[in-house]
Amino acid sequence: MQITLLLPEIALSLASLVLFFCTLGRFRDRTLQAITTTLSLISLGAALCAYGQEGMLFFNTYRVDLLSQLFKVIITFGLFLVLCIAPGSRGVERKYLAEYYLFLTIGAMGLVLLVSSHELLTIVMSLEIASFAICVLIPLRSLKLHRDQMEAAIKYFLFGVSTIGIMLFGMSYLFGLANSTYLGDLAERLPALVRSEPLAVVGMVMMLCGFFYKLSLFPMHFLTPDIYEGSANETAAYYSTLPKIAAVALLIRLVSLAGVEAGRLTWVLALLAVLSMTVGNLAALVQNDLKRLLAYSSIAHAGYVMIGILSMNSLGLAASVYYMLGYLLMNLACFHVIYQLAPNGENLTFDHLRGLYCRSPLLAATLAAGAFGLTGIPPTIGFTGKFLIFTAAFQKGFHLLVILAVVNAAISLFFYLKMVRAAYSQVDDLGEAVPLTIQARLIGLFFIASIILTGVLPQWFIALAKESVAGLP
Amino acid sequence: MNNYLILNTTGWPILSLLMVIPAAGAFVALLIRGDLVLKIWGVIVTLATMALSIPLYSGFATDSARYQFAEQYSWFPALNLYYVVGVDGISLLLVLLTTFIMPLCILCSWQQIQYRLKEFIVVLLLMEAAMIGVFISLNTLLFYIFWEGMLVPMYLIIAVWGGPRRDYASIKFFLYTFSGSIFLLVAIIALYISTGTFFIPALMDHGYPFVYQLWIFLAFTLSFAVKVPVYPLHTWLPAAHVEAPTAGSVILASILLKMGGYGFLRFCLPIVPAATIACVPYMIAISLVSIIVGGYLALGQSDIKKLIAYSSVGHMGFVTLGTFLLNGQGIEGAILQMVNHGITTGALFICVGIIYERTHSREIGANSALGMMMPVYVTFLGIFSLSSFGFPGTNNFVSEFLVLVAAFSGNPLVGALSILGVTLAAAYMLRLLQRMVWDRSDGHGHHGVEKGEGRKLWDLGARECVMLGILAVFVFWIGFYPRPLIAIMDKSVTHLLQQVEAGKVERIFK
Repeated sequence: MQITLLLPEIALSLASLVLFFCTLGRFRDRTLQAITTTLSLISLGAALCAYGQEGMLFFNTYRVDLLSQLFKVIITFGLFLVLCIAPGSRGVERKYLAEYYLFLTIGAMGLVLLVSSHELLTIVMSLEIASFAICVLIPLRSLKLHRDQMEAAIKYFLFGVSTIGIMLFGMSYLFGLANSTYLGDLAERLPALVRSEPLAVVGMVMMLCGFFYKLSLFPMHFLTPDIYEGSANETAAYYSTLPKIAAVALLIRLVSLAGVEAGRLTWVLALLAVLSMTVGNLAALVQNDLKRLLAYSSIAHAGYVMIGILSMNSLGLAASVYYMLGYLLMNLACFHVIYQLAPNGENLTFDHLRGLYCRSPLLAATLAAGAFGLTGIPPTIGFTGKFLIFTAAFQKGFHLLVILAVVNAAISLFFYLKMVRAAYSQVDDLGEAVPLTIQARLIGLFFIASIILTGVLPQWFIALAKESVAGLP
Repeated sequence: MNNYLILNTTGWPILSLLMVIPAAGAFVALLIRGDLVLKIWGVIVTLATMALSIPLYSGFATDSARYQFAEQYSWFPALNLYYVVGVDGISLLLVLLTTFIMPLCILCSWQQIQYRLKEFIVVLLLMEAAMIGVFISLNTLLFYIFWEGMLVPMYLIIAVWGGPRRDYASIKFFLYTFSGSIFLLVAIIALYISTGTFFIPALMDHGYPFVYQLWIFLAFTLSFAVKVPVYPLHTWLPAAHVEAPTAGSVILASILLKMGGYGFLRFCLPIVPAATIACVPYMIAISLVSIIVGGYLALGQSDIKKLIAYSSVGHMGFVTLGTFLLNGQGIEGAILQMVNHGITTGALFICVGIIYERTHSREIGANSALGMMMPVYVTFLGIFSLSSFGFPGTNNFVSEFLVLVAAFSGNPLVGALSILGVTLAAAYMLRLLQRMVWDRSDGHGHHGVEKGEGRKLWDLGARECVMLGILAVFVFWIGFYPRPLIAIMDKSVTHLLQQVEAGKVERIFK
C-alpha cells in the first residue's frame, strides 16, 4: 500500500489529533485559530499532492481515483476558506472553541473518507463520521444570544438518523437483489436490475435519500432552514457547503451505478429536481432572515445540480462538479459578508444590509458578486455552471426540464436581487462604517475575482472534472 | 468559418480594444482620487474609445456583406466555443453610436452626480464595454454574456444614483429584462445542440424544421421585445427612464433599446427566416399598436421624462415595423431609425437633465415659459423636438420616411395607421415645445417659485452647448445627407434579405 494514496486522510487525522490535544490544554483563541488554519492548509497541500493518484485500498472498499481526489482538494480548500471567512469564530461559545475546531476538522475528514468510499457500509460509516461531527458543531453556538441551536441540533440529529435508516433500508434491498455491497459489483449488476426490477429503483431512491438529506434536496429539505437559522454563522457556512459537495460526489458515483439508460430512476430524479428548485425558490421569496433565505436558495441549487447528475453524460457530471465549486465560492462569499456584518454572531435580516454600500463598498460588492452569481448572471461562475448543466440536459433531450429550470432561475432573481437592493439602497441613517481587516479585504477581493474569473475561463476546471468522471465504472 | 469573416488587417485588435479600453479604464478609475480628476479620466477614456472607433468607419469596406475587422481566438475548445468578434453594416453604426454617445453621458453627469462619483464612472465605463460587446459579438454565448452582464451596471446606475422611486424602477427593469432574456439562453442552447456551433453566421446557414423555427423565434422575440420595448411589455421603460439619472436615461434610450432591434435583425430574420415570415402579420400588428399607443400615452403625460419615454415606445415601434416589413427600405429605415432615435432621444434626455438641474422639477407646468430666460436652451430643445417628430430636414424624417414608403408599398392600411403615429408624435412634441417655450397660462410654478421675473435661470454653459451642439450637427447631417450611412448598411441589408428569401423558398418546399 502506497502511503501517498492516503495523504489527505492522514493529514486530516493528524490535524484532528493535534486539535484533540489542544482541547486538553488552555490556549488563546488566536493561537487556536492559527493552528487550525495552518493544519487545514497542510491538508489542502496534502490533497493537492495526492491529486492524480489512483488505487484500491482496504479490500476494495476504498477507491482512490481522480474523482475522489478532485473532491478532496475542493473539500479541504472549502475547509480552509470557511476558517478564513470566520476569523476568531465569534459566534461560537468561547470555552468550547478548541472542541469546535476539532469537530470541524473531523467533519471534513469524514467527508474526505466519504468521497473515496466504494462499498455501501464504508459509505455509511464515513457519512456517520461527518454527520455526527456536525451534530456536535451546531449546539456550540454562543449561548449569549440564542438558544435555538439546541433545537436545531436535535432536529438535525433526529432527521439525520431517520434518513440514515431509510438509506440502510434501501441498501438492504440492493444487497438482496445484487448480493453484494461493493460498488464495483453493483456497477455490473445494477443496470440490468434497474431496467427490469421496480424494486431496484425503489432501493436506489431510498439509498440516495441519505445524500438528498446532505444536499437538502426535496423531500429531505424540511429542516434545513431551521438548522441554518439555529446554528452559528460560521457553522452554517460550513454546513451549507462542504457536506453538499461530498454528497454530490457520492450522488455522481451512485447514480452512475444504474447505468446510462436508467429510465425510471431518471424520471424520479428529474421530478425531485424540479420540485426542489420550485419549492426552494418560492419559499425563499418570502424570507426575511438571510440565513433562512440562503437555506432555501441551497434547496433550489440542489435541484440545479441534480439536473447535471441525472443527465449522466460526461458534460453533465463534469458540470455538476464545476457547479459545486461555484456554489462553494458564491455561498461562502455571502456568508463572508454575513459574518463581517454580525460582530456578535447574531442572525441578520434585510434591515442589517441597508445602506451597506456606504458603510463598506467592498462587502456590498462581494455580496453582489455572490448573489448575482447564485442567480446565474454572466459573467459569473454561477452562469457558466448553469449554462453547462442546461446544455448537458438538452443534449439528453430533457427540454421541459431545462425550461422549468430557467423559469426557476428567473424567479430566484427576485430574492437575490432583494439582497443586492438592500445593500445598495440609500438610507438616511447610514450607521457606522464596517471595520474590515486586511485579511477580510483580501478574502472579499478573492471571492469577487474567483467568481468572475472561474466563470469566464472554465475550461481548465471542466477538463479536470471531465477527466475525473471519465474514470467512473 | 472564414467564409463569413474578413479578418482584421489593421495590425491591432481594434474591436477587442474597444471593449478593453473602457474596462481597463474602469479599473484604473478605482485607483484615482479626486472628483475632478475622475471626471476628466472618464472623458479621456470614452474619447479614446471614440477615437479608436473612427478607423472602423473609415476602413469599412462598403462593398461586402461579410463581417469585418474580425478577430477569432479559441476560448473553450471542448464546446467548439470561440471568441469571435466582427462588425457588418448593421452593427457598425450601432457601435459608432455607442462610442459617440458615451462621452456625452459622462459630460452630462458633470454636475448631477453628487456622491459616489468614482463608482459611477467605473460602472459607466463597464457599461460601455458590455454594450460594445453586445454589438460586436459573433458568438451567441458571448452575445448572451454581454447582454445579461450589462444588466448589472445598468441596475446599479438606476438603484444607486436614481430618483425617489429608484428601488421600484430598478427592480422592475431587472426583472423584466432578465425574465425576458432567460429564454434566449434556452434558444442558444437548443441551436447549439442541433448545429454544434455558437458561431452566429454559421447558424444562419442551417434550414431548421418549421416548428423548431417557431419555438426559437418565440424565445428570441420574447427577449428582444422586452428590450425594444413593444407595447404590452413596455411598462418597465417609463419607470426606469424617470428614475434613472440623466446619463442612465441617455444610455437606456440611445443604446439599450437598440439592442432589441439589433437582436431582431441579427437573430430572428437570418437564423429563423421561415418562422419570421410566418409571424410578420403579428409583429406588424404589435408594432402598430406600439406606435399608436405609445403616441397616445405620450400625449397625456405631464412629466417631461415620462413623455419622452413613451415617445420612445412609439419611435421604437417604427424600428420593429420597418424590420418586419421585410423589404430593403423598411430594414434600412429601421436601422437608420435606431441611430436617429439614439441621437434625438439622447439629446432630449440631456435637455431634460439640464432643466432639472436648474428647476429641480420635471413637470411641464413647472418648466414653462423658458423662452425668455434660456434662449439658447430653447433653440436646442426646438431642434430636437422637431427632429423627434420627423420634421423634414432632420434625421428622423429620413428614417421614418423610408419606413413609411416600405409600409405603403406593402399594405396601404399599415401605412395609413403609421401615419397616425407620426401625427401623434407631432402633436405631443409640439404641445411640449409650446408649453415649455411660451406658455404662461398657469401662473404658479412648483417649489414656491413664482414664474417669470422671480425665477433665476441661467442659460446653457459651454459644456452643455458642446454636448447638444454635437448632437445637433448629427441631426442635420443625417437629415440632409444620409447617403454615407445608407451606403454602409446597404450590402448587409441586401444580404439579410437574401437570407430571408431563402427562408421563403424553404417554406414553400416543405
